[in-house]
Amino acid sequence: MRSATVPGPSRSWSPPASEADGRELAVYVHWPFCVSKCPYCDFNSHVRESIDEAGWREALIADLRHEAALTAGASVVSIFFGGGTPSLMDAATTAAIIDAIAALWPVAPGVEITLEANPTSVEAARFAGFARAGVNRVSLGLQALDDASLQMLGRPHDVAQGLAALDVAQANFGRVSFDLIYTRPGQTLASWQAELQRALGFGTEHLSLYQLTIEPKTRFASLHASGKLLLPDEEASADLFELTREMTAAAGLPAYEVSNHARAGAESRHNLAYWTYADYVGVGPGAHGRRRHAATVRTMKPEGWLAGVRAAGHGIAEETALDAPTRGQEALLMGLRLTDGIDPGRFEARTGVALDEAIDPQSLAELRGLGLVAPAGGNLRLTAAGAPLLNAILARLVAG
Amino acid sequence: MTAELSRIRNFSIIAHIDHGKSTLADRLIQQTGGLQAREMTEQVLDNMDIERERGITIKSQTVRLDYKASDGLDYVLNLMDTPGHVDFAYEVSRSLAACEGALLVVDASQGVEAQTLANVYQSIEHDHEIVPVINKIDLPAAEPERVKAQIEEVIGLDTANAVLASAKSGIGIPEVLEAIVKYIPAPKGDRDAPLKAMLVDSWYDPYLGVVILVRVIDGVLRKGQQITMMQAGTQHLVDRVGVFRPKIEIVGDLGPGEVGFITAQIKEVAQTNVGDTITETKRPTAQPLPGFKEVQPVVFCGLFPTDAADFEKLRESLGKLRLNDASFSFEMETSAALGFGFRCGFLGLLHLEIVQERLTREYDLDLITTAPSVVYKIFKNDGSMIELHNPADMPDPVYIEHIEEPWIEAVIYCPDEYLGSILKLCQDRRGIQKNLTSVAGRAQVTYELPLNEVVFDFYDRLKSISRGYASFDYHQTGYREGDLVRMTILVNGELVDALSMVVHRSQSEARGRHMCERMKDLIPRHLFKIPIQAAIGGRVIARETIAAMRKDVTAKCYGGDISRKRKLLDKQKEGKKRMRQYGSVDIPQEAFIAALRMGDEG
Ligand SMILES: Nc1nc2c(ncn2[C@@H]2O[C@H](COP(=O)(O)OP(=O)(O)OP(=O)(O)O)[C@@H](O)[C@H]2O)c(=O)[nH]1
Ligand code: SF4
Ligand SMILES: [Mg+2]
Repeated sequence: MRSATVPGPSRSWSPPASEADGRELAVYVHWPFCVSKCPYCDFNSHVRESIDEAGWREALIADLRHEAALTAGASVVSIFFGGGTPSLMDAATTAAIIDAIAALWPVAPGVEITLEANPTSVEAARFAGFARAGVNRVSLGLQALDDASLQMLGRPHDVAQGLAALDVAQANFGRVSFDLIYTRPGQTLASWQAELQRALGFGTEHLSLYQLTIEPKTRFASLHASGKLLLPDEEASADLFELTREMTAAAGLPAYEVSNHARAGAESRHNLAYWTYADYVGVGPGAHGRRRHAATVRTMKPEGWLAGVRAAGHGIAEETALDAPTRGQEALLMGLRLTDGIDPGRFEARTGVALDEAIDPQSLAELRGLGLVAPAGGNLRLTAAGAPLLNAILARLVAG
Repeated sequence: MTAELSRIRNFSIIAHIDHGKSTLADRLIQQTGGLQAREMTEQVLDNMDIERERGITIKSQTVRLDYKASDGLDYVLNLMDTPGHVDFAYEVSRSLAACEGALLVVDASQGVEAQTLANVYQSIEHDHEIVPVINKIDLPAAEPERVKAQIEEVIGLDTANAVLASAKSGIGIPEVLEAIVKYIPAPKGDRDAPLKAMLVDSWYDPYLGVVILVRVIDGVLRKGQQITMMQAGTQHLVDRVGVFRPKIEIVGDLGPGEVGFITAQIKEVAQTNVGDTITETKRPTAQPLPGFKEVQPVVFCGLFPTDAADFEKLRESLGKLRLNDASFSFEMETSAALGFGFRCGFLGLLHLEIVQERLTREYDLDLITTAPSVVYKIFKNDGSMIELHNPADMPDPVYIEHIEEPWIEAVIYCPDEYLGSILKLCQDRRGIQKNLTSVAGRAQVTYELPLNEVVFDFYDRLKSISRGYASFDYHQTGYREGDLVRMTILVNGELVDALSMVVHRSQSEARGRHMCERMKDLIPRHLFKIPIQAAIGGRVIARETIAAMRKDVTAKCYGGDISRKRKLLDKQKEGKKRMRQYGSVDIPQEAFIAALRMGDEG
């Protein structure tokens, strides 16, 4: 561990208790490069021959500086390097960015610093370096536990490499999570059951289990449109979702969000910031932020973003003030993803609208009648039956 | 301008749909120099957008041609191109009433078809001289000699004067022109008698106002004349007299036997009755013409704006369309499901489709069309009778003594090989066979059928089972009592009024099952299961269930991109707006149209 920059007990800082809630900040840093483009992926990821790392490092730090000036007084509880493939980044770059963040904001004790990594041998070899830079949590894109599926998904690694990387990760970082994509073409309930059983056997504390969705403008989208890629239907997909929830719960990693499963206390703090509608800063190409009632989005194209930062000192493409009803809508869209749902008090404090006013009362009554929304009292949350129907429920529930 | 009677020839071009009438008209116009080559387009007389797009004629068109015949004399030829589709048969009958003869165009590969027969019989009733033109002889499949034989056998028409032609490649055109002069009689008429002219057609022209197409019988029609429309009892001052060549040409007057147009500062087409007799106010004719049979809409349906805010726009647009098409009717209607709209009457399904398409395209309206239905006569216990245009208005059965429905006589013409399945179709549709003959591999069947069985999807079915080879023509024969019931559709227990229909009891179960199946496919899954029922009165005759939705959730979080989730929500809400709410069920508007089309299986 690099004692110089990583906040530890030596740093004397404590959050101003009175307004801690509003002043916790999550920081997202986007690294937009990948070695190749996966055919299902519609993240803002790009393949480039060569990258001017020093230039990128400077630009990201400049982008951070811009945000810091606007969020003075907030303390950072989470840093997340997402992508793209941030594990392709030089560990020195990671370190420099973490240092910069620590210099720009007060950093909360026990801050979570996550890095997304692809489990290739090249990247695994650098895990120790990332750990030294201050990264204390890794999210590994394992995606599948059989080679044919990995190939189908166009992943740059096989299962053996993936599992080796997982071992290295678990040895280097206190906290590890990995992703799997399921509801893949031809996947049966039995095959997924076996695969998930195996996955749960690795003893990892956090799993992100995503159902494969076809996103517009991806290669899968055109294959799908031409009938060359067939996905399990709604029934099969619902069965797979249910099975996943049962198995993870039984293994002690229940779903705390639509696709995220963790041992108690091992939830991703960073993602919880999104889902509880906390403030977050997003820097780097295409990153989104929510800061003090404003939504920010940065220029998508890496070169465009870089030029923007150099010219204006930040990469923001659009900054929009969000009125209270919109904030309420956003907090609902995010909050109901959580198994625990939405705390009415926090909701009102964060958005400025009462939860009751953000939802349509008649629909709420109907949805409760159908057993899809939990009965009144306590948090507003979906029942187990409601969880897989979130989008349809939101369409009815959100007022206006 | 007045031409000598002996040098005038008035003729219609009649045929089955697509046999080449309009193309032949092109060639005749071109050959006689009516238009320069650069002014020609294919089927130049089909000038409405919808005619050009669909390649069919909807309105008759008249053109005056100058022709120097081989006898060295100059003739005036008035050509009337007519539509071939049965829905526009009234256009043909008007044109025929203004002529002394007809060119009967028959496709050399298709031979005689239903509208060939229907139109030629009309022409024969007018005592017309008929010149058969065997067209499309350029086609490899052309069999002119066989078709000639067929015309003799089936129609009983002498083909000694028939011309073999290809309107497309210009073969036989001089021969057609000579045959017109030679075989079609010159009109008769008395120049000195009081004016007597037939109001053949009228339409609204944005520059000229209402234009009236006339055929002068006796006397002379000239600018400045005060005229009386004898049936309408109105008087007008003629301010323009002209002819179409096909471009407008203003002339001084029109004499006996001539065809042309007048304008008389008339504002609305509704003020003119086709078939009316035009005479001079100060010296009226003693004997008006018999007039035309009035056209009655036979198919009805509701038209509703998709967006309720467009109701006034729809009313205006219907009004404008009617200016040029007096053959459809509309009256306001309300539906619990669809809001305010109009119940419209049409001459047939193609007519319905065309009006609907013009509304959508020319007036930029999004419409919902309800199931086509016919006019039922409901005889109530109290001795009164009401005409039912809309199934939703059907009185409670306890007040009904009996119901009568319109019947038609249909003539179907088809190659022998399809006869079996066509007979079955007619039988399934409650048809009563009247006649069946077969000549030269082509069968002709006559059936009596209830019209409501035909407006549904009969035509589509007929086309598909005969691979397009069968042709079909019908006329209404009157009302008959029938065991008719109103079938309603309930979605999640709520009545969907737009889907109510009157059906024969014997058909109700099949129709009900079919409707339920269709709705099951068309209504998206909801958060709860939705029963769909077809019922007669309180009795459910068919049922389907839409299972509850099981999964609809976005797996990924996409970093902090909440805007993306908001966009999805907005899209969902937008989609919901395009649905109609029945209780807590949202029915997409496409569902109404698709359910009612019933195209696939009846
Ligand atoms: N090969 C060939 N095709 C022809 C000939 N005459 C017409 N056609 C084609 O047949 C089709 C129908 O021609 P139209 O002239 O529109 O037929 P119509 O009888 O006026 O049709 P409706 O007005 O709809 O009843 C067009 O595609 C023409 O190009 C011909 O002599 N030979
Ligand atoms: S590695 Fe990740 S970000 Fe890169 S293309 Fe594949 S799925 Fe997308
Ligand atoms: Mg035509």
